[in-house]
Amino acid sequence: MRYLDEFRDPRLAADRLSRIRRTATRVWTLMEVCGGQTHSLVRHGIPEALAGCVELIHGPGCPVCVTSEALVDRAQALARQPETLLTTFGDMLRVPGTYGTLLDARRDGGNVQSVASPLDAVELAQRNPHFQVVFFAVGFETTVPASALAVLQASERRIENFSLLVAHVRVQPAMELLLQQADCRVQGLLAAGHVCTVVGYETYNSLVSAYGVPIVVTGFEPVDLLEGILACVVQLETHSARLENCYARTAKLQGNPVAQQLIASVFEPCDRAWRGLGTIPAGGWKLRAPWRSFDAERRFPQAPVGLPIVEALSHRCRASDVLVGRLAPRDCPEFGGSCRPDSPLGAPMVSSEGACAAYYHHAPSPPHRAPSQDES
Amino acid sequence: MCLGIPGRVVRWLEPVGVGASAEVAFGGVSKVCHMACVPDARVDDYVLVHAGVAICRIDQVEAERILNDLRALAEMADDEILG
Repeated sequence: MRYLDEFRDPRLAADRLSRIRRTATRVWTLMEVCGGQTHSLVRHGIPEALAGCVELIHGPGCPVCVTSEALVDRAQALARQPETLLTTFGDMLRVPGTYGTLLDARRDGGNVQSVASPLDAVELAQRNPHFQVVFFAVGFETTVPASALAVLQASERRIENFSLLVAHVRVQPAMELLLQQADCRVQGLLAAGHVCTVVGYETYNSLVSAYGVPIVVTGFEPVDLLEGILACVVQLETHSARLENCYARTAKLQGNPVAQQLIASVFEPCDRAWRGLGTIPAGGWKLRAPWRSFDAERRFPQAPVGLPIVEALSHRCRASDVLVGRLAPRDCPEFGGSCRPDSPLGAPMVSSEGACAAYYHHAPSPPHRAPSQDES
Repeated sequence: MCLGIPGRVVRWLEPVGVGASAEVAFGGVSKVCHMACVPDARVDDYVLVHAGVAICRIDQVEAERILNDLRALAEMADDEILG
């Protein structure tokens, strides 16, 4: 497809790779923020190809992975309410909470349906007027416009049986929190290109100057990723720290003002608990006061779930270390054994953007130990 | 969720308001996408779609410029190796 295939050209990728190798005089530690970038990197074997030049730490940019257990539990309780249909993106269905997953709720007779877009949930609400349709809204600023539109459409069409359980998160406060950690090893950041298409990237200047790290806005295809890594390495080798854009075909300094206005008309920043990172000040989005009638947390009083706590296998999950780059997925003792995509201990093994799932599917063992069992 | 897909605007279905929509082609498959965030997109423009919503237009001039630069650099490298 156009604007994908050209940026997968093996010849261009090989050239970028050889330039990185020639430029790096030591191993630089970079973090890609977004889980979509993590999957693309691992699928194309880039971390292995850069061994000896660049170590890639996989950042917390997987919204499914960072959604708090408390919110998963809340979704679980809503799914088990009578005459309620809980909708969300497919990845959320297998994320374990305190009482199991949303798929467990469905097996127990709860109404749970995956949708590709919150706008599809609005349609479901219109077609099922006797059901309360709740959309469990996860995602960064890339999906917040879709949730905002869903609220505005439901309001305009007077669809009163639609609401949102809001779990939306904001990227920049999480990036700042990571850079503030005393044991932060990150020397350069690849910013999530698609979030920047919405919110722009000018505000990253404050992070560059406060923490002295290069930040490079980077895309998702192999040539994009290698170009972003090369730009970061060139900066580090020349002792500079600047904000740079290697995804100019979509990300602009000011982002998309129309999308920003849409978000701002429906949502406002709020403190948000991130799984693995704790509560991040201004780390999430919540509905603004005029739209709170669409807030599922207000519409439905919190009822006890009334289920036994699934004995937390999850206490063995080291997602919090993986999400901040302290532990590489394959170094986790549970990886591929008791923790697999079909029986995950934690969210990073579930999500199509989770770092553990990326390695499980694309590079389950280091190349020198065993041949890759590529399941993709 | 963060996996946006570029698609070509085939035709506008509803040009204004929060219900704005267009038919967008992804390779050989066409889908109806929500267009409220890209009111200026024209037919044959490429847009990036997340969760059914076009969140920005793709700057085709910039894309071609970058590709030309990258191809020229790769060719230079080939020449260096061959030379």
